[in-house]
Amino acid sequence: MNGLFGLLERLVDWFADPKHWSGFDGVPVRVLEHLEYTALAVFIAALIAIPLGAYIGHTGRGGFLVVGLANGLRALPELGLLILLVLLMGIGLLPVTLALIVLAIPPLLAGTYAGVRNVDRAVVDAARGMGMRELAVLRKVELPNALPLILGGLRAATLQVISTATIAAYVSLGGLGVFVFVGQYTRDFPQMLAGAVLIAGLAGAIELLLMFVQRRLVSPGLQPNVVRRGTTG
Amino acid sequence: MIEFRSVTKRFAGGSVAVDNLNLTVEDGSFTVFVGPSGCGKTTSLRMINRMLDPSEGKILIDGKDVHEGDPARLRLGIGYVIQHAGLFPHRTVLDNIATVPRLAGWTKAKARSRAGELLELVGLDASMAKRYPAQLSGGQQQRVGVARALAADPPILLMDEPFSAVDPVVREGLQDELLRLQSELDKTIVFVTHDIDEAIKLGEKVAVFRVGGVLAQYAEPAELLARPADDFVAGFVGRDRGYRALGFLPASQLPVGELATIIEGATIAQTRAVLHDGWAVVVDRNGKPIGWAEESRLHGQDPAATLSEDLLHAGGSLYQADGGNLRSALDAALSSPSGRGVAVDADGAVTGAVLADDVLAALARARNDGEVRS
Repeated sequence: MNGLFGLLERLVDWFADPKHWSGFDGVPVRVLEHLEYTALAVFIAALIAIPLGAYIGHTGRGGFLVVGLANGLRALPELGLLILLVLLMGIGLLPVTLALIVLAIPPLLAGTYAGVRNVDRAVVDAARGMGMRELAVLRKVELPNALPLILGGLRAATLQVISTATIAAYVSLGGLGVFVFVGQYTRDFPQMLAGAVLIAGLAGAIELLLMFVQRRLVSPGLQPNVVRRGTTG
Repeated sequence: MIEFRSVTKRFAGGSVAVDNLNLTVEDGSFTVFVGPSGCGKTTSLRMINRMLDPSEGKILIDGKDVHEGDPARLRLGIGYVIQHAGLFPHRTVLDNIATVPRLAGWTKAKARSRAGELLELVGLDASMAKRYPAQLSGGQQQRVGVARALAADPPILLMDEPFSAVDPVVREGLQDELLRLQSELDKTIVFVTHDIDEAIKLGEKVAVFRVGGVLAQYAEPAELLARPADDFVAGFVGRDRGYRALGFLPASQLPVGELATIIEGATIAQTRAVLHDGWAVVVDRNGKPIGWAEESRLHGQDPAATLSEDLLHAGGSLYQADGGNLRSALDAALSSPSGRGVAVDADGAVTGAVLADDVLAALARARNDGEVRS
């Protein structure tokens, strides 16, 4: 018990030390680096996965691809993939980003596909029967109704990428993983723990932000708490 | 005018959904496709707006093959209402209704103001405009579905089992509303149902389909009931068809007998003075019936007291002396606590009474005159 309390005390001391909050290797710089890698990977993954998922969901063709890709990519060992990519491409932003993109695609693809596919067929039939062309059916009806699941996929992807972006430090690119790896090598456990706490805190903060965004973006007609209010028989 | 010319629809696997259909729907008519499930009625409907394309034959609208040209453009000119309404869950009621005008290129403001008019037309309160579909009842959703289909004022309205998912009482209200709308709008309506009662109530012409997509009979409802083309139609039209046929004989031929009435607010003594055979109808200031007063219930009450509503018997159904039919007159007589069916005028004011025997006598006369087949 004494050891644990001692560790927590030193963790607090670590956070209280102003030297850890400034300079090129201070916490703010590392947080920004971490966010940069996350945003880049999630953004590119979304550019790939959302149109692909929407197309497959809309046409109903290639659903097996979603299942195969989602399961296959999820099963890849992330650190092994990164090392392989670094060996192929050398150290740099590209292999790290690629490894994170591979991680972010499955939840985004599955969320978008399921969201579009699950829109009530009667609603889609009505949209088409009223004279909407295929692209309009997708853009004006299927995607807005799929938004809760698409954003759910985005949240899951972001969460995974934030926690996994730790490996950027493994190939000397910085990010919050630096505290974890350096802490481990130098047996500086408070620093290592501080890194872990920062990563978890960042993930939690971004999750809250995305939940807020989701509440703003999704139509009130699709939000159970809004719909329940003022219902008539 | 919508024409089916030798239309056959085969689905992948070779099953025949519609078999060599020839049928013409006149402009401004209300046509109902009816039949058991698997008879091809919905398939036939969906070929009109090209949600499906025929395997053989063609469909013409005003002489033009629907197959020529762009399906999306064709559909913009045809209203479409489906079973569960298919409202867009993410859009408000108003924006749901404004969909087709928006697709047709109207400005948002103009489309919304038109949507507001439609909301009123289908009998929904303006306060519904900002609601979302999930906040509406099934009946309300279906009204919005009809409003949405009518928004761009298309000459043709296709309705695919629109009322089959709502409860019977609401359904009846929706049917009446649709008939009222049609009398104002004069659209060419094609309506699909599996419910023969609904078909007969709504249709000016009814097409009965049998399993395998064969048109069994295409006729006016009275004709269908009086002269079913074959055993299938006779069986489908059902056991009560003699009773249903009463619905096509006007009530205006019935003699309307005298009826004792008393205005609400009268005393017990005044009421007892007017009773006829022990009964009188209590009416409001406008002559509309409130309920029946009966001698045995008034007996022993304070004669000077005002007649209170809890002393009354609830009334039965009413029928309109002009514009009603023998079926509603008979129902009025049978459902009335006094045995006298209450006749009302167009404003709902009491004009007299009819007995079940009078209705049967009128039916006998109509048979003698050859108006109905026995």
